[in-house]
Amino acid sequence: MFYQQALNALQLGSIYALIALGYTMVYGVLRLINFAHGDIFMIGSYLALFLASYFHLPFPIIVIVTFAAIALLGVTIERLAYKPLRHAPRVSVVITALAVGIFLETLTLATIGPQPRKFPELIPMHRWTWGVFSASNIQIIIISLSIVLMACLEFFIAKTRTGMAMRALSWDKTYAPLLGINTDRIVSYTFAIGTGLASVAGIFVGLAYPIIDPYMGIMVGWKAFVSAVVGGIGSIKGAVAGGFILGIVEITSAALLPSSYKDMIVFGLLLTILLFKPSGLFGMPLQKKV
Amino acid sequence: MNKNLFLFLLLFALAGAFALCDYTQCIDPYVAQIIMYIGINIILTASLNLVNGYMGEFSVGHAAFMGIGAYAASYVSLSVLPPSPLFFPLSLLFGGICAGAVGLLVSIPAFKARDDYLAIITLALLMIVKSLFENIPFFGGPQGMSGIHKYTNLTGVFVCTVVTIVVLKNIIAGNFGRGIIAVRDDEIAANLVSVNTKHVKILAFVVSSFFAGIAGGLFAHLIQFINPRTFSLVKSTDILLMLYLGGTASLTGSILGAAIWTVLLELLRFLGIWRFVVAPVALILLMIYRPSGIMGGKEWRFLFGKKAD
Repeated sequence: MFYQQALNALQLGSIYALIALGYTMVYGVLRLINFAHGDIFMIGSYLALFLASYFHLPFPIIVIVTFAAIALLGVTIERLAYKPLRHAPRVSVVITALAVGIFLETLTLATIGPQPRKFPELIPMHRWTWGVFSASNIQIIIISLSIVLMACLEFFIAKTRTGMAMRALSWDKTYAPLLGINTDRIVSYTFAIGTGLASVAGIFVGLAYPIIDPYMGIMVGWKAFVSAVVGGIGSIKGAVAGGFILGIVEITSAALLPSSYKDMIVFGLLLTILLFKPSGLFGMPLQKKV
Repeated sequence: MNKNLFLFLLLFALAGAFALCDYTQCIDPYVAQIIMYIGINIILTASLNLVNGYMGEFSVGHAAFMGIGAYAASYVSLSVLPPSPLFFPLSLLFGGICAGAVGLLVSIPAFKARDDYLAIITLALLMIVKSLFENIPFFGGPQGMSGIHKYTNLTGVFVCTVVTIVVLKNIIAGNFGRGIIAVRDDEIAANLVSVNTKHVKILAFVVSSFFAGIAGGLFAHLIQFINPRTFSLVKSTDILLMLYLGGTASLTGSILGAAIWTVLLELLRFLGIWRFVVAPVALILLMIYRPSGIMGGKEWRFLFGKKAD
């Protein structure tokens, strides 16, 4: 029972972490909370559903195609909606992000309809049991693939030139371009990777909790956002840690209390952490200039 | 002075006209309902303007205050006070006070946090309030409350709207309002010139949430049933859209934004579900081509006299 819940927590945590990475990367580079991120995750889930039910593609191909298509969608949204506002007051950008989120939601609602859909079984379910320990192949795939993706991201950010440019840009927006960093190109990369990771999380949600609907992005998106904030928004390590913390807290509270209390506990945790560590667990304290 | 007298008479005449409409039922109920929605939305937008526009914070929790006001007012008018429209102002007031008390709680973290973190705190408040309404049987759980008397009428909404606008206008034009604007422009400098930023923030949050609570009470007694989902993030987003459409730091903007948005959504009704697709696109275009909204810091001098900002 305990191992079971621990695996569930890791599974949920890795989904939150994958989405939280997108929030935190975009925030790092643009200082923008991309409120549309949760809805992009939802679109990713739907795209995978259609690829699976109409083209009957195998699982790895679906992951790659969804990642690519949603990354393209993310870059397009950034170019059309956020880029014209690069020098506008921050609040206009935030409002635009909210509007983009509503647009994606209502567009899905208007074209596909509000009824929940069954996500096809991409991988036949297996359950292995060794004594008290039992795990399904889906749980193993979700957790291990998430960890692989996070390791790739860490490598990309730490070792490649583009990753270095991202770090430079989030360190200082004014001086990084003076060193020959093309801001627009780096922002596009950031959006592509962030939204791509969210779409993979969308596929994982379809695998693990196989009913999807146009509103699923709202709550999952906000909780991933909470993970990013708990970990310290702008910090990659923080987003991963925050995602797993949130997964553990949510599964524990659902196991001990009626499940309708879990939202309250998640957001209560957010308030408590912000009270004691205002910039999250791994976040850098904001410098106020006089 | 003459102009003020004229405005006063005009408002008085309008109130009389609305009272007559209520009494004779001469307006189509559908139209009357839209007018009342406009009034409620004006109260919500103008009160959010105090925090988001004049004080320059970014609160996304306005729907929570509206919900607290709606629940508190409905509870009082259903279970405490005798069922008569005469006592309706009392239950509205109680709803406003409850919302204001919670607003006081929010103003405390706002002493330190700003910008994104304050937005996150208000978001968390919204989620927690909604979750409390859903989980505590006293509030009716997910079904919420129903059978609320229909006490809200055109006159009531009109009077509340006018009172809200007048109070906000006077606050903004006065000492405290200068302080609120100073906090927005530069908090540290405001502190240096002896603006008590803590008092200013408390006042802004309490007044803003008080009026949101009043609007919630009016709303509950208009549609006669409320549930936790009514006061979700979607409602907050609606209010934010009206505020930024009209333009921040402008009461004229709040009035126009609320009126235009409400009417526009009704006019686009023929589009069905697609109107909710068109609306955010319109907002994105507005933000790109006119980021300051319709009024953006300006007022109509006819209504508000000299420039307040």
